[in-house]
Amino acid sequence: MQLGRVVGCVWSSVKNVGLTGQRLLIVQPVKADLSQTGRAIICTDCTGAGSGELIYWVRGKEASFPFTDAEVPSDATVVGIVDELNLGKPKPEEGV
Amino acid sequence: MQIARVIGDITATQKHPSHEGKKLLLVQPLDLDGSHRGMPVIAVDSVSAGIGDRVLLVQDGFAAFTTVGLKIAPIDSAVIGVIDHIQLDLGLDPVPAAPAEPRPAPKKQGKKNRAQ
Amino acid sequence: MTLGRVVGTIVATRKDPRLEGHKLLIVKPVTPDGKDEAGYLVAIDTVSAGFRELVITVAGSSARMADGCKDKPVDCVIVGIVDNVSMDTGR
Repeated sequence: MQLGRVVGCVWSSVKNVGLTGQRLLIVQPVKADLSQTGRAIICTDCTGAGSGELIYWVRGKEASFPFTDAEVPSDATVVGIVDELNLGKPKPEEGV
Repeated sequence: MQIARVIGDITATQKHPSHEGKKLLLVQPLDLDGSHRGMPVIAVDSVSAGIGDRVLLVQDGFAAFTTVGLKIAPIDSAVIGVIDHIQLDLGLDPVPAAPAEPRPAPKKQGKKNRAQ
Repeated sequence: MTLGRVVGTIVATRKDPRLEGHKLLIVKPVTPDGKDEAGYLVAIDTVSAGFRELVITVAGSSARMADGCKDKPVDCVIVGIVDNVSMDTGR
């Protein structure tokens, strides 16, 4: 799973029936320091994430698992909205 | 899927039992202008492709081993089609057709026309 | 899934029987703001996409979950035609 930021969304009316009712978000993958990395991808969404939010997403066959029973042809899905990112670096004042 | 050219075939005696009786091809993935794209890969053949053919290369495990009639096997790429024709509109020459067949005159002219 | 633009077609007579009746299109990946990216994809079409149309492609084993592609030897499928892309330009 990787971190990303929602930067937009895509509307499509002619689509594979498996995608009916799915939100399609444009996600820019980001590194731990929140700098951009790689190219933007389109993700389905199972969390209700909105524009500008820091999220994490899963790629591969597993991306269709949140929608099981419905066969959703997705290779990337937003599976969580990040509340807090703790990189475990000691704060300067803590250093003794 | 990718466009690729068959550049060789491979025989092996000592191999995984699931590969027995399967033709192994060495294929070079191509870019849209016909230039090489990365390293050549070894793929099982499901359509009797020959050296010099432009082919469709699939690089997904399931897709690859089911084309040769296997349920599960250590195979990650397969040739699943021989390309007859490519139509492209990029302002580029399409991947040139089989170089193995010597047809120099019409080929050159075709290229010139496209350049104009 | 990635955004792409249909730039060409491929015709193959000798192919896996499970691919018969499917249109093979060449798709050039594009950024959400419409710029071309490097590389290309060969994808099966499930939505009757046309030349130069902006489409959504899905790659990998998930491609076979698309309607009409079950148990077919495909790794890239066009699953949607894009009507509109909206980008958050504030960031």
